[in-house]
Amino acid sequence: MNREHVDILIIGAGPAGLASAIAAREDGIESLLVLERESQPGGILRQCIHNGFGLHRFSEELTGPEYAQRDIDRARELKIPIECDTTVLSVSPDRVVTCISRENGLRQIEAGAVILAMGCRERPRGALCTPGTRCAGIYSAGTAQRFVNLEGFMPGQRVVILGSGDIGLIMARRMTLQGAKVLACVEIMPYSSGLNRNIVQCLQDYDIPLYLSHTVTDIKGRERLESVTVSRVDERRRPIPGTEMEFECDTLLLSVGLIPENELSEGAGVSISPATSGAVVSDSFETSVPGIFACGNVLHVHDLVDHVSSESFRAGHAAAAFVRSEKRESVFLFVQDGEGVRGTVPQKIQLPPAQDVTLMFRPSGVFRNASAVISCGGKELFRRKAMIFTPGEMASYTLKADSFAGLDGSEPLTVRIEKGAE
Amino acid sequence: MVQQTDVLIIGGGVIGCAVARELSRYDVSITVLDRAWDVAEGASKANSGIVHAGYDAVPGTLKAKYNVEGAQMLPALCEELGVPYRQCGALVVGFSEEDRGTLETLLARGEANGVPALRIIGKEELLSLEPHLNPQACCALLVPTSGIVSPYELTFAFADDAALNGVRFRFGAEVKSVERLSDGSFEAKTEHDTWRCRILVNCAGASSADLHNQLSPEKKKIIHRRGQYYLLDRPVSAPFERTIFQCPSAMGKGVLVSPTVHGNVLLGPSAEDIDDPLDTETTQSGLDSVMDRVRLTWPDVSLRTNITNFSGVRAHEEGGDFIIGPVAGSPGAYEATGIESPGLSSAPAIGRALAEMISHEQELVRKERIRPYEKPPIPFREMTPAQQQEALEANPLYGSIICRCEVITEAEIVAAIHRPVPATHIDAVKRRTRAGMGRCQGGFCSPRVASILSRETGIPLTEVTKNGGNSYLLTGTLTENAERSDRT
Repeated sequence: MNREHVDILIIGAGPAGLASAIAAREDGIESLLVLERESQPGGILRQCIHNGFGLHRFSEELTGPEYAQRDIDRARELKIPIECDTTVLSVSPDRVVTCISRENGLRQIEAGAVILAMGCRERPRGALCTPGTRCAGIYSAGTAQRFVNLEGFMPGQRVVILGSGDIGLIMARRMTLQGAKVLACVEIMPYSSGLNRNIVQCLQDYDIPLYLSHTVTDIKGRERLESVTVSRVDERRRPIPGTEMEFECDTLLLSVGLIPENELSEGAGVSISPATSGAVVSDSFETSVPGIFACGNVLHVHDLVDHVSSESFRAGHAAAAFVRSEKRESVFLFVQDGEGVRGTVPQKIQLPPAQDVTLMFRPSGVFRNASAVISCGGKELFRRKAMIFTPGEMASYTLKADSFAGLDGSEPLTVRIEKGAE
Repeated sequence: MVQQTDVLIIGGGVIGCAVARELSRYDVSITVLDRAWDVAEGASKANSGIVHAGYDAVPGTLKAKYNVEGAQMLPALCEELGVPYRQCGALVVGFSEEDRGTLETLLARGEANGVPALRIIGKEELLSLEPHLNPQACCALLVPTSGIVSPYELTFAFADDAALNGVRFRFGAEVKSVERLSDGSFEAKTEHDTWRCRILVNCAGASSADLHNQLSPEKKKIIHRRGQYYLLDRPVSAPFERTIFQCPSAMGKGVLVSPTVHGNVLLGPSAEDIDDPLDTETTQSGLDSVMDRVRLTWPDVSLRTNITNFSGVRAHEEGGDFIIGPVAGSPGAYEATGIESPGLSSAPAIGRALAEMISHEQELVRKERIRPYEKPPIPFREMTPAQQQEALEANPLYGSIICRCEVITEAEIVAAIHRPVPATHIDAVKRRTRAGMGRCQGGFCSPRVASILSRETGIPLTEVTKNGGNSYLLTGTLTENAERSDRT
């Protein structure tokens, strides 16, 4: 097998891969390659034909394909090579990437830096251990979205949606507009994990009931789905006997969470955070393996593509700096999740930071009139009040580089939510 | 329509297919009927996949005889047919002095049945062999010759070899009634056809007693005993090297924790008696009962990596033993009835024994030429880099990865669709190739597999099913749907 060499190899041509490639090219990296397993770049945005993308980045409401096209166009302008229909089989700790395609067969590419931008996948039914039959008509919401939006087929006519993640909410509206009857959206938690605007625009506007603190407890149908049983759950998420409701339906869509797709990362020896299921990274998005970077939904699941892009631009710049061997002091300030906070990214910050540092995390519950507080030792570095924190909306705060002055990494940085007076 | 065949085998499970394969060596026309839309759709696809060494069955029973014979045949047979098999060994673990007594009984039975190298080991050796085991375990029967096999792939291999040698398979063909006619031939009625045959072989699993009772004055009764399972994702390092059983009880061999031949971890089965053998749903209480027992073996078990749950239904005959041979009172009819565990381990031996019996009694003539078996292609993920390169050069479809989780290529999927017993639906492709068996459970690959099925078999995408019959994936095109909702 021939060994090729590139300075930066990017795995995935979704919004994360495209943004990081653009940033690296703009920083002057000539030798760059993006590998994409689908037949076109754009990632999951290709099937997200609804609008609402780009409000932060472009101050416009774009559809998913329109948003992606802007980055694809920019990448073309910059003559960034994107090889589609190419699947990466493995990444080694010393950054040798093995990939395969019909056109070029099996190849090995040695990379100066690798940017992991593989995105995430949906949690399937098995992750919930939902009992019942294993009939046809049970889809993850994204699979159904692909059938409808990319292939032009209807997966069903009478639909129950389990989980109130954003894709499930979007599909509730999409299926309704296409003539299906969406009977219910069922969420096991007492709050939705989706964006509030999607609850309003995709459920309420179409009179689709949202059952909070409920879950599907039985699935019936030998060949095609015939009905599901929905039960209320107690505060420990156990079904309460006697609360069962039966919905006759031919389709159950699951929108029960997304999991960063890190099998390649793990193969390369990258440390994975149990809180995010993504790589542990520094503020330059470098993983525990030198020269391997991660950004976008493979790092942690975002709500908004705008944030994926901004994070990935930063990762692309950082990878370019790595390739140019711009060494920095390696004193790290470790970041830890405090009360009310889960999965803060990055998990460590190089001192002194070269630029401003954005910290992103998910609230672990719903908090009203509370404050996000970032502190180190006894020193409070940042405080921001908000009307509401919910797990469905990622919090993101940028700290000026100079706010880290005087810190030596001997104590960790703590991110927490301070409950306000009710 | 009236259909003629010399030999009619009812049931395309592992037993029916084993018999079909053995009989395909004789110069007779053979047809296998199954109610489902593929072979192995009953208990053959939903069991523990264990090749039992033969210590469990009471000496002198048919279970003991065929288990030991079958387990001896399987390693070479799996090699010949390209079926995943591994002799991983097993431990039957005891947690009390009472259990130690049970283990002594098993040891004695095993020795009487001719199982080699059995011995009882103490706590220290046990925990050094399997460090993830509950430290409260105090003793175990070590069974070095116990193995694991892919039960449905074994069935596919039997069926493919049979089909290659002329056996016809008819699916969606549930036999509603059987009758022995006055001329000594048989008539079996399905919804659409009446099958006439000279020799009838009842391998109908859960329904085998119903068929038996239509042919014989000596009535049999099958109790349908459902077993539910958890299947966990392939771990980075296997928690257990061997199949771990707990001491058996009256309801079966107890709950096991076992590696599978594909590197997953299997937990189960439960044991509950049900009325309808087609009720293969899982239930919360059944799954909970599995976990309660699994925790005794493996206190640190986590369901975080659970991929799927499934259940299978054992055909437990009241008498407790296999019923194998001619059907009493119906010359020309043969049966394998009440085939529960160790039925999978016994399958090759049962197939051979029934075929020998039938060919001898019915004076069948051996064919002069048998078509050699063509193994399915080696999975791409298991090839060496050199083999991968070679495969790619011969067939560029190897370059197209369809299932990301299990790294399954388009070439393998196309091959499965064109096997002698072809994969005609998503689940059939899944079991033959593992596309969709991984952690995303077909979320990414099922639309692609559906497209490939549509392309290769020439049916529209809307007619592709999950597993045949009415298990359609899609209800129509968007345009059709818009028109339909305009009308309402």
